[in-house]
Amino acid sequence: MTPYWAILSARFRMLLQYRAAAAAGFGTQLFWGLIRVMIFEAFYRSTTSAQPMSYQEVVTYIWLGQALLALLPWNYDRDIHALVRSGNVAYELLRPLDLYWHWYARAVAWRVAPAVLRALPMFIVAGLFFGLQAPVSWASFGAWLIALVGALLLSAAITTLVNISLMWTIAGDGIATLVSTLVIILSGMVVPLPFFPDWAQSILNFLPFRGLVDVPFRLYMGHLPPGDIYGLFAHQLGWTLALVAVSHHVLGRGTRRLVVQGG
Amino acid sequence: MLGDFRLYFRYIGISVRSQMQYRWSFIMMTIGHFLTTGIEFVGIWILFQRFGNIRGWSLAEVALCYGIVNIAFSISDATTRGFDMFHIMVKGGEFDRLLLRPRSTALQVAGQELTMRRIGRLTQGLIVLLWSAHTLGIVWSPAKVALTGAAALGGACLFCGLFVLQATLAFWTVETLEIVNTVTYGGVETAQFPLSIYRPWLRRFFTGVIPLATVSYFPALAILGRGAGSAVPPALQWGAPLAGFAFLLAALQVWKFGVRHYTSTGS
Repeated sequence: MTPYWAILSARFRMLLQYRAAAAAGFGTQLFWGLIRVMIFEAFYRSTTSAQPMSYQEVVTYIWLGQALLALLPWNYDRDIHALVRSGNVAYELLRPLDLYWHWYARAVAWRVAPAVLRALPMFIVAGLFFGLQAPVSWASFGAWLIALVGALLLSAAITTLVNISLMWTIAGDGIATLVSTLVIILSGMVVPLPFFPDWAQSILNFLPFRGLVDVPFRLYMGHLPPGDIYGLFAHQLGWTLALVAVSHHVLGRGTRRLVVQGG
Repeated sequence: MLGDFRLYFRYIGISVRSQMQYRWSFIMMTIGHFLTTGIEFVGIWILFQRFGNIRGWSLAEVALCYGIVNIAFSISDATTRGFDMFHIMVKGGEFDRLLLRPRSTALQVAGQELTMRRIGRLTQGLIVLLWSAHTLGIVWSPAKVALTGAAALGGACLFCGLFVLQATLAFWTVETLEIVNTVTYGGVETAQFPLSIYRPWLRRFFTGVIPLATVSYFPALAILGRGAGSAVPPALQWGAPLAGFAFLLAALQVWKFGVRHYTSTGS
């Protein structure tokens, strides 16, 4: 366990150095959040029919999304892409570590560090000025924290699978784009999942993506009761384990067919 | 002037040919771009099937704004890659080479690349626009066709202007200022909906400071025939796209000013 922990903490400390990028990202996300809030405000003022969430809840959902955007597995690790392209991936294979868990630890650090940098200021600013509400109860808060851990494990598993797909370089790029498209729309990042058509709900409930955004966010605001956490966390963990198993298999095949050019 | 255009087309001809060397990669990336930008419209559709309308605008009417602004942005996104990467050129001191050639620097930077995969966004914007026109049964008089084209081109010029300004800042900062993304990418996000739905401060910002409304919202009023009761006079609805062209010309003046103040990093 120790070497993976060392990789995780070293990467984490390195990524925390990018504070200027975080500041620029913060401004952009603040603006983005304001636009989204205004769009929903206009929609809510245009209808009298009952909606699956209240306006206040949507506002909180939007700001949580802006705060935790970096947790989403929406892109691939360019360093790993470069390793595969240059052939330096051979060094990765020489290390006395399981390659999968090595890359998984990298992915965890890569998702957590920027999220930590961005989430705190966003919580403060959006909480004070833009209508981000506190969790409805301590139970909801606790359930949210557990679901966030589940979301992180799941996000790192999806990230690692996408990173592994880069071993098939050019085609891998296409897979990465496809996965990020699925993640962004089906996690609830574009539109909260309760707004999706009723026929789509059972599909969304089955798929892993809601565990990334929709589940933790709705636990936070009590839209899902905190008692549901057991089943929801099991859903997140189940998908994580399934993805880990598949990724292990794919990585095994990838390394067997890997040809590293000399020179 | 004519020679400049010939040179520009030679430049981008080379760029296009080099991208076509990786044909399969180009196809995959274009499809990817089509999908990642297209989910925005899926999101809008989902909201409309719950809410029905936004401030009296139907999905098909919003789709017209969406189509125009996405077509406009895709054109600017494809043509300004050189400006997007300009800070790297400044950092490496490569801009010195451009200054030695007896041609306009803006032309040389613009000619660096024509990013072909942006056809993905262009295609989806065009599909949404055509779907909107079909659903609304818009009667296409020559004037309306011209106005739609002018709005898309004016919008493209506006976004190009913004990318040029962002690049110009690199003369002083050597870094790219990501905060400008709020008005480029954020501008697209905003202008996908009619500007009338937003709060006054944002409306004023995107009319007076950055004239985004003049290349999407105002012409859309005229094309949709919604302009009669609105506070926007007809002359403004029809003439507004000109503001986009004017914005680009102004941005190029700022660029020239920046070039005069350029000091090489010397590396």
